[in-house]
Amino acid sequence: MIIGTTVTLAFRAIARHKLRSFLTTLGIIIGVAAVVTMTTLGNGATAAVREQISSLGANILQLRPGQGFGRGGGGPKPPDFEPDDVTAIANQLTGVRAVAPQASTSGIAIYEGSNWNTTVNGTTAAYFEAQQWKLDSGRLFMPEEEEAGKPVCIIGSTLRNNLFRQADPIGKRFRIKGVSCQVIGLLATRGQGGFGNDQDDVVVMPIKFVQRRFTGNRDIGLIMVAVDDAYDSGTVQDSLEQLMRERRKVKPGSADNFNVFDTKQISDTLTGTTTILTQIVGAVAAISLLVGGIGIMNIMLVSVTERTREIGIRLAIGAVAQEVLLQFLVEAIVLSCLGGLIGLGLALVASLAIAPLMQVPFIFDLKINVLAFLFSAAIGVVFGYFPARRAASLNPIDALRHE
Amino acid sequence: MANDPIIRLRGVTKDYGSGATLFQALKGIDLDIERGDFVAVMGPSGSGKSTTMNILGCLDVPTAGTFLFRNHHVETLDRDQRALLRRRYLGFVFQGFNLLSRTTALENVELPLLYRGEDKKTRYDLGMAALDKVGLKPWWDHTPAELSGGQQQRVAIARAIVTSPDVLLADEPTGNLDSERSVEIMELLTDLNRNSGITVLMVTHEPDMAAFARTIVHFKDGLVERIEKGQAA
Repeated sequence: MIIGTTVTLAFRAIARHKLRSFLTTLGIIIGVAAVVTMTTLGNGATAAVREQISSLGANILQLRPGQGFGRGGGGPKPPDFEPDDVTAIANQLTGVRAVAPQASTSGIAIYEGSNWNTTVNGTTAAYFEAQQWKLDSGRLFMPEEEEAGKPVCIIGSTLRNNLFRQADPIGKRFRIKGVSCQVIGLLATRGQGGFGNDQDDVVVMPIKFVQRRFTGNRDIGLIMVAVDDAYDSGTVQDSLEQLMRERRKVKPGSADNFNVFDTKQISDTLTGTTTILTQIVGAVAAISLLVGGIGIMNIMLVSVTERTREIGIRLAIGAVAQEVLLQFLVEAIVLSCLGGLIGLGLALVASLAIAPLMQVPFIFDLKINVLAFLFSAAIGVVFGYFPARRAASLNPIDALRHE
Repeated sequence: MANDPIIRLRGVTKDYGSGATLFQALKGIDLDIERGDFVAVMGPSGSGKSTTMNILGCLDVPTAGTFLFRNHHVETLDRDQRALLRRRYLGFVFQGFNLLSRTTALENVELPLLYRGEDKKTRYDLGMAALDKVGLKPWWDHTPAELSGGQQQRVAIARAIVTSPDVLLADEPTGNLDSERSVEIMELLTDLNRNSGITVLMVTHEPDMAAFARTIVHFKDGLVERIEKGQAA
């Protein structure tokens, strides 16, 4: 018998028992919807995390004095970096895209009636290149402005909104920590950083100006080293550490008096965590899909018993065992595929509805959808085979006598 | 060859169980059925008539002996080969009608054609022609629940003849019907036998129904007791 006829028979049988068919597929519907929704939202969450991390600046090594990230420790304070260190890193290391020193402080910015407490970063134009941070308007520091430590500044959008409201800030002068400076550039909005900080609440000035007027020394608290995408950040980190040990005269065998923090590492760790969470939730949902499959088998077995007479009739009028097997198998597959399709539709609606609530982007993953559908079809085959084989092996005489 | 009987049984036995519980339902049946005959099979319960009908319907195989159908040995065929034989040459009518519920009369009649792989148009044409033959064409879209017992049996007969079988096997076709409907069904079977050339084999308890047959075979204790000519002969 041709497959088309078998499918027709299956649809007729399903149409004869609409409510039961729906209840049978409910397990598959919920299973597929759960798996696809969870995975879609999980992918959205991973993408959101990756987005936030990449705002830190992709592939940037942060060089700080002291042992370990954010750890105090006893003994004399390890020396800060010098301007020559920056030049040495830029000239002597391969695989470095940009090197920017950073001296930070904080202070109150005042413009007309408004004032706002903000972060002050003293650095060079390389700072923007290292972080691939574009300007919305205005310009970067001129080399002579950097050299002379001129009172010019580039401001983030949060500071601009709080100081200047809707007005164009370029060319305006405002006071920061008691000194006047002129706005020459406005940074593009970056949003929240990887640690929840507002990256746009910042004023960037030439490092020499910050050192002379605010910190009062020539120390550099942080050096950002942007690694060229073509190079492995681990290799660059190794040679950076080697160079700094030489420059800071660390004796062989003793610990570094500086540390290198790789943003790529933390990015990998965080996205890895959300990916694992997605996989765990997906696995739990997959179990419900399995339970759905067992539901199909259960109903198909009941159906075979209930339709024993029908099977007897089919056998008597000349159906071969293979055809009866195929009919029940196709019925199970059609049921589970219908359930899979409804589940996919449900998942689409649920993901679209929940993603905004979770503040994650909705990312349609074709692979997951196709995979879930194929899986539901496979469940039909696996859990439909046993009842179908039972139907096909019935003896027509006994089947016809069945009450 | 053309005059050979369509069905020939020789020394057919059928055992159920084994050892101490062995029960011999058929003890050696010899029977010839001519092409175009109308045979009524009679006998008390347990006389072996149902077992014989199951063997003749290719639903069961004899324990020993030979069964020739159209000069071909059936007793050596496997399950699927017998299914194909039924599909091609046999039609079945049961006491309990055995129609598919929640399925229209036409769909029920079309069922054997589905297994023959006929296309939709052919199925419709042949199905409607068969329903017309049993006088139910206007009821083609009714489900069994919407039809009377007599009408249901007519649908079952239409399903049996839609493939133009050589032999129609009817197992107490009037057992569930009142006498008036029974006579109608018997007249329909007689008509199919005379005008469509279908060989009819029918099991019945009622002498009134057997009277429609040309040949009456009496079973007793697993053997053919006697064969007599019916009134229709």
